[in-house]
Amino acid sequence: MDQAILTGLAASTVTMAVPLLLAALGELIAERSGTINIGLEGMLLMGAFTALIAAYFSGSSALGIGLAVGAGALFGLLMAYFVVGANANQVVAGAALNLLALGLTGVAYRAVFGVTGSAITVRGAPAFSVPVLRSLPVFGAAVFQQTLLGYASFVLVPLLAFALARTLPGLALRMVGENPRAAEAQGVHVKRVRTLALVACGALAAAGGAFLSVVYANTFVEGMSAGRGFIALAVVIVGRWSAWGILLAALFFGLASSLQFQFQALGVAVPYQLFLMLPYVLTLVVLAGYAGRARPPAALGQGYRRD
Amino acid sequence: MGNLASRLRRVARLLGPSLLSLLVALVASGIVVALAGGNPARAFLALMQGAFGSADSLSEVGVKTCPLLFTGIAMVIAFRAGVWNIGGEGQLLLGAIAMAWLGSRLALPDWLGLPLVLAAAAMAGGGWAALAAVLKRQRAVSEVISTIMLNFVALQLVSYLVHGPLMEAAGQYPQTDAVSAALRLPRLFATHRLHLGFLIALGVAALAQVLLFRTVLGYQMRAAGLNPVAARLAGIPAERCAFLALVLSGALAGLAGGVEVSAVTYRLYEQFSPGWGFTAIAVALLGRLNPGGAVVAALFFGALDAGSFSMQRAAGISSVLVSIIQATVIFALVAVEGGAWLATTRARPEPSVL
Repeated sequence: MDQAILTGLAASTVTMAVPLLLAALGELIAERSGTINIGLEGMLLMGAFTALIAAYFSGSSALGIGLAVGAGALFGLLMAYFVVGANANQVVAGAALNLLALGLTGVAYRAVFGVTGSAITVRGAPAFSVPVLRSLPVFGAAVFQQTLLGYASFVLVPLLAFALARTLPGLALRMVGENPRAAEAQGVHVKRVRTLALVACGALAAAGGAFLSVVYANTFVEGMSAGRGFIALAVVIVGRWSAWGILLAALFFGLASSLQFQFQALGVAVPYQLFLMLPYVLTLVVLAGYAGRARPPAALGQGYRRD
Repeated sequence: MGNLASRLRRVARLLGPSLLSLLVALVASGIVVALAGGNPARAFLALMQGAFGSADSLSEVGVKTCPLLFTGIAMVIAFRAGVWNIGGEGQLLLGAIAMAWLGSRLALPDWLGLPLVLAAAAMAGGGWAALAAVLKRQRAVSEVISTIMLNFVALQLVSYLVHGPLMEAAGQYPQTDAVSAALRLPRLFATHRLHLGFLIALGVAALAQVLLFRTVLGYQMRAAGLNPVAARLAGIPAERCAFLALVLSGALAGLAGGVEVSAVTYRLYEQFSPGWGFTAIAVALLGRLNPGGAVVAALFFGALDAGSFSMQRAAGISSVLVSIIQATVIFALVAVEGGAWLATTRARPEPSVL
């Protein structure tokens, strides 16, 4: 492959990775606090929809992304109301959240735009390039010519890794996910931590969705999250519940979906579905411990009730 | 008459949460319709008309109910055993693959062929679920994640097959060849689409009722689901029960896919399922994890499905409104159930009885 193809591949890898990265970092926060958030897909979709509507009517992609983050946080709060407040089963509540997002965005899109033949488009968010680094071969344009949201998603990785490992709130979060009773005994408010974690998760997932609609596609289609929320769940597992691992996994899955496009474009006779299967199969392999053991937070999936 | 009063109270306790959640869902979706600029009364009327307005629409309700009932029963069995099978969608697709593949290639006498391919569909779904069951038992992998991942693998597998090895001989569309006439489930009435699969689904519901509440295995499954620690202490093989429940659940979901291909679509293509495997969760919960309740719940969601397109035409409200109703029903139910036994997944920290 010549350099032009590699450059294109790198750019598309990064673009495909950003929404996965944002959503997976959000899920990391939720899971480290002990909540498995199956509703990630719905949050992503809600973010994509809100960002597009807001950007369309205000003409500002920044406002669109901002409102999407707010909508995602609200969805996180809703999820927290059920799984933290009412102690409902996390899996069932998450599945319901996905259905809710699918319904709300579908009904609202039709109500706002009717059944128009042409897709509604917005002007995408502007990209900013870093002067010198931008002209590095292959990776230069991919990494150093992005939207602010794109940069933010990558900057978040070291920040989150540091916060989880070295700060008190990070320690509290991990304690709640490993042993909520012990955390409570130490004076940590378990339910508050889990609620905040879900709000953060919703906000980040919705930012990923906003990236899809306002930065990547510049439009919205029903169900446009197209399973990315579930791939992000996979990213967290393959990244073994660490921010740096998640970065690598998101880039790897981004590469897999870019290769699929490249292979189709180049007419390579490998069934592209194999690439699309890869994240899910790899997740099963990692979970089964065939590629080194990945250990989820000990209290993941369990409700918490004070005695 | 004290007996009657206590029976009434029991029924009320059983039905109360379901009826309440339906009420909440109706109000919530009515508000959404109003916000979307529609007239809730007109929308619901159009929906009812679409579902119950004629003999043909009634038959369509049965057709839409069928896959929801098979998968709903599948979820009832899994959830009762404490197994969170989120993979109904993938297991259903595997069943559909088996039916579409064998159904278009196999030449067998009628009396043998149809039961055989239906069994193959069930085995394919059960086999797909067995992957998750083995991972759970051998490697302690949570079935929640593995079944979700297997859904997507199945989706891609369908896409690959209908574009590749199983693509129709005509080579025009990405779909399989039609199932041969001998392997199609017969219709119940000549002029309507309602088919024998609906009766089979009702039969499966009855069998599930017997299995869960009248057999030792069913008792053990329920005990393992309520409290695996206590069950194990009482000598019940909890892991084995969970394994069997997941595989059986997958087999029923596979049967759903097989029946749908054999009786309705005759072919497999991408976007074959509108998410039956996920709606099944709502069916099982609304039916309070009882096979009989699941029949009523599947009919309800089947009617919503059948009526939603008339609603879209008549009232201009997108048919995905149905998803909102499903979501609200689930939310309302889990909020009511909150602390009860639906609340926790696999691990209950303390045995409640022993």
